[in-house]
Amino acid sequence: MTLLTPFAQVRRRVLVALAVTVVWGLGAPHRAPAAEKKATPAPAAPPAHDYSKDEVHVLKVQGNIYMLVGAGGNITAQVGNDGVLLVDAGLAPMADKVLAAVKGLTDKPIRYIINTHFHADHTGGNETIAKAGITIAGGNVVGDIGASAANQAAVYAFQTVLDRMSAPNGKDRATPQGAWPTEVYTTPERKLFFNDEGIVMMHIPAAHTDGDTMVFFRRSDVISTGDIFVTNGYPFIDVEHGGNIEGELAGLNKIIELAIPKDLQEDGTLVVPGHGRLCDVADVVFYQEMVTIIRDRVKDLIGKGMTLEQVKAARPTRDYDPRYGTRPGSADRFVEAVYKSLSAKH
Amino acid sequence: MKQVSVGIIVLVTALLASSAAFAQLDPTGDWTPRFDADRQERIAGPEIGDYLGLPINDAGRLRSDSWDAALVELPENQCRAHGSDYGWRGPSNLRIWTDVDPATQKVVAYHTHLSAYGAEQTIWMDGRPHPPEYARHTWEGFSTGEWEGDQLVITTTHLKENWLSLTGIPRSDQATARVHLLRHGDILTVAVITYDPVYLTEPLIRTADFVYAPQSQMAPWPCEPVNEVDRPVGVVPHHLPGANPYLNEFPARYGVPPEAARGGAETMYPEYMQKLKTMKRLPPIPRRPSRF
Repeated sequence: MTLLTPFAQVRRRVLVALAVTVVWGLGAPHRAPAAEKKATPAPAAPPAHDYSKDEVHVLKVQGNIYMLVGAGGNITAQVGNDGVLLVDAGLAPMADKVLAAVKGLTDKPIRYIINTHFHADHTGGNETIAKAGITIAGGNVVGDIGASAANQAAVYAFQTVLDRMSAPNGKDRATPQGAWPTEVYTTPERKLFFNDEGIVMMHIPAAHTDGDTMVFFRRSDVISTGDIFVTNGYPFIDVEHGGNIEGELAGLNKIIELAIPKDLQEDGTLVVPGHGRLCDVADVVFYQEMVTIIRDRVKDLIGKGMTLEQVKAARPTRDYDPRYGTRPGSADRFVEAVYKSLSAKH
Repeated sequence: MKQVSVGIIVLVTALLASSAAFAQLDPTGDWTPRFDADRQERIAGPEIGDYLGLPINDAGRLRSDSWDAALVELPENQCRAHGSDYGWRGPSNLRIWTDVDPATQKVVAYHTHLSAYGAEQTIWMDGRPHPPEYARHTWEGFSTGEWEGDQLVITTTHLKENWLSLTGIPRSDQATARVHLLRHGDILTVAVITYDPVYLTEPLIRTADFVYAPQSQMAPWPCEPVNEVDRPVGVVPHHLPGANPYLNEFPARYGVPPEAARGGAETMYPEYMQKLKTMKRLPPIPRRPSRF
């Protein structure tokens, strides 16, 4: 397996730790005093979800890969003699159930978590799950910075995931430090070799967010997409956090480019979506067609000089709403995200 | 006399007990299609804009209006198979065979193979449950079967999105299907009922017949996608709403009122014939010569 040299690991951890310290330090003075917060009455919180009744289900995908469903976003587990690599970690309250599900697959430790983006339904379990794991490290690493360096799984993500999780608005710290990625990358790809398998982390710029990673397991022939591809609704394009319809489509097109189906455009490369059921590339093609067609319609309406409200009123998603827009407001949110994405270019 | 009565009772009881088995008519073997219904659609091919007799809703109508035939030539769509609720209608030879449990000699599964696309469906007869919702969907779906009298009734879930007609009339991946196989001597009738909560307002019922043909040939279906047209990555051919120029060709060519061509549940029923008589028609355009 390919690993960072011990020195590089130490350097990276020190840099991350420095960044964390700086961000934490910068953020602290800007935090609003408690009295100020009380001045604005908070909206009534929705009833808390009872996670005790939720279950994590495990589905064999192919090769070394399993899909864990029910913990928030889907989790992809690569399992082998070297240990476990997880793509995403689900919601924080479901972390123990995720650990139990992984334990049901293997006694080997969790070595890596790769976050596909920063949203809490994919990173909430980072801290608990990472602490239950153990990094492959030793020698100078352990000697230089102590056993704590190896006392948890490494958490990989694109740089902006750390940015978002550590200081989303430059004022407040969004998540506990223990949940933050420990290994970030800034290049188009980052590669690992683990469990006898090449693993490619692919950054898709400005798609679902500004920090999306898709993960390609080359020997198992599985792509884990994060929320660039979901089966249970329209794509949620988080424009506020750097998402964009063109990047979303670039991500979908990348999946189609990478995947090779077997006979009848079925099987072959399998695809674990961010939410929803296990898929192959044919499912992605249908989704890409839907997103492209709606993008083209909104673009056409913008070209006719329509405002956002007029575009929404034209209902450019209405033929797909019974399938993807069943959640109240989701069609309008998608249209708005497409509109804002396209308008930002003009 | 008493012995005779007991014998009759035993015989009748045995016959009753085995009636279900007698009623199960063997669907296995090789079959060829008979096009005695919907021939134009099933052989020559459906017409763009012909939604007549299909219980589609407005969403299905707009998706159909938006469909561009160039979509089929994209490499990722060239070898795409028909769904198991549609493949029966094509010009396909059909083979049906069984998996038998060697210990019990019970049928564990029927398999169907259609020559078009080489599509194969497995129909589990061993009472296994359908997969959970997060399991994969496939062109053929997941099917279980049970005998209802002399009909093999197949329930299919986990279908991939597909079409109700080759001209892009959609059927969603939320659809389920019930297929009834009825054998009458050398004729096999396949009655397909498609339920789609996304694009249909009522179940769609269609039938196809096959003739027993043990001498028939099952041709292979090799399919390898190629780039037929050089397009930029990600292009999806489609018509913008209201911009499909071909929708009036079908009603004009066949003298069907345009309103009727838009389909809907109402157009499935015989009483709609009376309403048709009151509707306006388009000026006729010449019919294309049939290829068949």
